[in-house]
Amino acid sequence: MDKILRVDMGAEGGPKMQVESLGEYAGLGGRAMTSSVVAKEVPPFCHPLGGENKLVIAPGLLSGTGAAMSGRLSVGCKSPLTGGIKEANSGGQPAQVLARLGYGAIILEGKPQGDDLYKVIINKDGVKIEADNSLKMMTNYDLVVRMKAEYGDKIACISIGPAGEMKMQSASVACTDPEQRPSRHAGRGGVGAVMGAKGVKVIVLDDTGCKARPPKDLQKFREANKIFVEGLSRHPVTGQALPAYGTNVLTNILNEAGAYPTGNFKTGQFVGAGKISGETFAELETKRGAGPTHACHRGCVIRCSGIYNDKDGKFLSKQPEYETVWAHGGHCGIDDPDAIAMLDFLDDTYGLDTIETGVAIGVAMQAGVVKYGDAQAAINLVKEIGKGTPLGRILGSGAAVTGKVFGVEKVPVVKGQAMPAYDPRAVQGIGVTYATSPMGADHTAGYSIATNILKSGGFVDPLKPEGQVALSRNLQVATAAIDSTGMCLFIAFAILDQPDTFQSLLDLLNSFYGLELTADSVTELGKKVLKIERDFNKRAGFTKEDDRLPRFFYTDPVLPHDIKFLVKDEELDSLFDW
Amino acid sequence: MKVTVKLFASLRKDRFAVDDFDYQEGTTVGHILASLNIPEEEAAIIFINARHGEPDSPLKEGDLLAIFPPVGGG
Repeated sequence: MDKILRVDMGAEGGPKMQVESLGEYAGLGGRAMTSSVVAKEVPPFCHPLGGENKLVIAPGLLSGTGAAMSGRLSVGCKSPLTGGIKEANSGGQPAQVLARLGYGAIILEGKPQGDDLYKVIINKDGVKIEADNSLKMMTNYDLVVRMKAEYGDKIACISIGPAGEMKMQSASVACTDPEQRPSRHAGRGGVGAVMGAKGVKVIVLDDTGCKARPPKDLQKFREANKIFVEGLSRHPVTGQALPAYGTNVLTNILNEAGAYPTGNFKTGQFVGAGKISGETFAELETKRGAGPTHACHRGCVIRCSGIYNDKDGKFLSKQPEYETVWAHGGHCGIDDPDAIAMLDFLDDTYGLDTIETGVAIGVAMQAGVVKYGDAQAAINLVKEIGKGTPLGRILGSGAAVTGKVFGVEKVPVVKGQAMPAYDPRAVQGIGVTYATSPMGADHTAGYSIATNILKSGGFVDPLKPEGQVALSRNLQVATAAIDSTGMCLFIAFAILDQPDTFQSLLDLLNSFYGLELTADSVTELGKKVLKIERDFNKRAGFTKEDDRLPRFFYTDPVLPHDIKFLVKDEELDSLFDW
Repeated sequence: MKVTVKLFASLRKDRFAVDDFDYQEGTTVGHILASLNIPEEEAAIIFINARHGEPDSPLKEGDLLAIFPPVGGG
């Protein structure tokens, strides 16, 4: 991983590429890489769809090494949705493959002069960039079938669907899983629109002939990986619950906790939760010949993904994640698993952020555009997004724009990005993360749910304001560091609770790179990344007024707990004072 | 006193999803776990009327007790 591929999409005469050494970006990976490049090279006042914005795609520090869980890819830019810095993170195969091909980053820059659409092919022999307008408006699933026919069975793809080509603010960047389904997404913040603005439809990666990246101390690396894997399988969350039920195990938990946002964040419990729970999906999937245990990338030992077949046993979609089941399900009053799986498939193939899309539809239901709970109407709305009808373009611009167009007062967004599946009043700690993260309303950025609800890494009462800022701060710092390693964030359950598993992660990094990192080094890395991101946002015009929740969370209590968001502004503003 | 007990995920195996029980006054969560043969380590997340509880938390008439094994997600 010693080189960067830079492609100037706007060069005279067509895209021009350059392979260069890492230079000042040496030692960085994943989110540290993408945020460093964006902060250094992107003028904060640029238009996100213009030639000055850059799309940075980076595997993590341990991607491609053979370390378990190391398949996460970071995609960064100035976000068309938030107007601030963005890192969206995805599983799938591309991170491993790109790392083994030797690239620490791909940087797409400039803006194409015509309206040609390009594919980028990267293999052991080099890079080819070719125009292929026959790919225009192909859905992600159809596109990958075509790429396999042209480039063989061993490829991994990074692509945009029609939503990205149409430069929608909710457009995602898709990554293929080990079976080449484009079902993993760098979803949040419209990164797909930036790829579309740069005229790139797909990056095809083939690492045939490449080996795993060699560690400095192979023996120590192998030992560390063994302990790491053993720790993951020993922990009940990573070893049992996630492979058995997937992330959607959370539906019943958040519902019982009274924190499941229902009726557009009006109440905290959904009467239909049991019909769309992780337990129900797991049983249904198994009955229909697929199941809830599947790895989204090779090297994953947790296997929290799954496969959902329709009632005839035919593939319908990947197992919908908790966020999809909430955004398209509970948030919209929909309690039909088949409808939710169809919506998940449509998000994947059109290339849409499942959270932003579901929340936008729920806001549209609030406005009476379609009836609350009408699953077929929701499916039809997503199809309109895929076709780019005027209504589709409104919804495809995300929840905030949808709310403005239809005159909705209560729209659950921060920095323009839709809130995920946890009510910030019933889980005060996630409210702090939503408000303060440089990413906008983002649950993974500082997953307070772990400690507020799941009693992982200790316990902080979710219904009180005390302790929430410190909790969110520590998690935001740790997450920024983990996001730079290429590791799946779900290792956090094991490394937070088991000191030997945490140590084995340090040992993986140290034995691979010949370093002597400690827990403090991890903290320093996380703080450095957050500081870079906060600084970019400040230069882009963000102030502390942007680190607040929408007004109604302060005035409207949520049942059953009858509670408002209680953390004071001054406390939020102290989060980054370290 | 009547208490509704809800079990989730792997705790449902060979038990139930939801059922009503009649317990003596002063019954704690721990007593109920023992009566259902659920080891305390497996009852990682306990809600009494949507608020976090502990094995030593007492129940009262009409309470809703929800018990989860160690789970996570995102």
